[in-house]
Amino acid sequence: MITKRIIPCLDVKDGRVVKGVNFQGLGDVASPVELAKHYSESGADELVFYDITASAEGRTIFTDILRETARNVFIPLTVGGGINTVDDFDRVLKCGADKVSVNSGAIRNPALIGEAAKRYGDQCVVLSADVKRVDGVFRVFARGGRENTGMEAIEWIRRCVGEGAGEVVVNSIDTDGVRGGFDLEMLAAVCEAVNVPVIASGGAGKIEDFITLFQTLPKVDAGLAASIFHFGEVEIGELKKAMAANGIPSRL
Amino acid sequence: MIAIIDYGVGNLFSLKSSFAAIGQEAVVTSDRSVIHDADKIIFPGVGAFRDAIGKLRASGLDAVVREEAQSGKPLMGICLGMQLLFEKGYEYGEYDGVGLLRGSIRPIADVIPKGLKIPQIGWNALKIKRETPLLGRIREGDCVYFVHSYYAAECDESVVATTEYGAELTAAVAYGNVYGCQFHPEKSGAVGLNILRAFCEDV
Repeated sequence: MITKRIIPCLDVKDGRVVKGVNFQGLGDVASPVELAKHYSESGADELVFYDITASAEGRTIFTDILRETARNVFIPLTVGGGINTVDDFDRVLKCGADKVSVNSGAIRNPALIGEAAKRYGDQCVVLSADVKRVDGVFRVFARGGRENTGMEAIEWIRRCVGEGAGEVVVNSIDTDGVRGGFDLEMLAAVCEAVNVPVIASGGAGKIEDFITLFQTLPKVDAGLAASIFHFGEVEIGELKKAMAANGIPSRL
Repeated sequence: MIAIIDYGVGNLFSLKSSFAAIGQEAVVTSDRSVIHDADKIIFPGVGAFRDAIGKLRASGLDAVVREEAQSGKPLMGICLGMQLLFEKGYEYGEYDGVGLLRGSIRPIADVIPKGLKIPQIGWNALKIKRETPLLGRIREGDCVYFVHSYYAAECDESVVATTEYGAELTAAVAYGNVYGCQFHPEKSGAVGLNILRAFCEDV
């Protein structure tokens, strides 16, 4: 039986992981490579590296880090942030990324998903959608959740999957940072609409939130989080054990 | 030395890195003399059967793969690389494979219940069907990382491990000196590295 995936997300800026990290025994807590190794050894099923650099120099540092990570960590690696063209796909895939996630780049140019899927396969293209309720309607936001595109989110996600997105990360702006649990209502709507893997993001605060997620929505494939892992509030090994104890298929 | 055959499909950075991580020298190459001098061969592949077999034939490396395998050199196909080693593939039509393994590549949609997602993406457990040195360092139930929409069928004589995804799907094969993994050992953590290690040291 296929297992439910647990995915830590690392925001990388100028070669460092942003959002404080606090691990005992980790020499350099802000080193993406060290942190990636730590998570891989702890039982993470996949990693997401998110490039939040704006400068060209920062971009070069990011790809160097990516290469170094891929030399040391042997679990799937998804890269997002600043992916606007097929050349951007090429740049990160050559450095060891397995999948590439697109967000604002696809909003600006919806043809990007189809072009990339044709060249690298659907399994390589991950749609990342930042979604927020506006007057009771799910809307897609761009530019890191700052700008309402006005597009209805479920329709947008369905359209991107139709174009060739092989997985969808649903990041609920409404629950993000609140730590009160994943946005089950929003995720249920997405699961109903598409038949590709759905990765839940935004809102996890404790182990039970992941258990509730997978038990309530069996069609969700993975749970993604950042700071709760970085701060050591949820330890991945313990999370996986708790999932297994609750009958959720997980890789121990 | 391990030769990782490069015929223009997919990205071989992680695969090469995974051999470095287990202390094995591996070169990515399309040079037939390098392939000939190698102790063992890795035959990778991602994408669609039709495109990949076309590129392989165009490069002339299909004959090299066949000759090297027939000379007794251990060879392992990974993911689509494994699929290409079979006689036939049914992805966007019917195509001949390299033909080192008996069987054919069929859509998983034919055998799994409706509603299950295709491709199968993620970590799934191995069920060991037959003893082989390739899997000698791992245990029944160990999870490995899969990404595939097609599977090897009619291959009872070579299947050594399967995985359960609505149906029992071929996960690994071994027949004489020819091996294959449907999953990605280079993306399967410590379990995957142990399979690569076994290929390097035990077969």
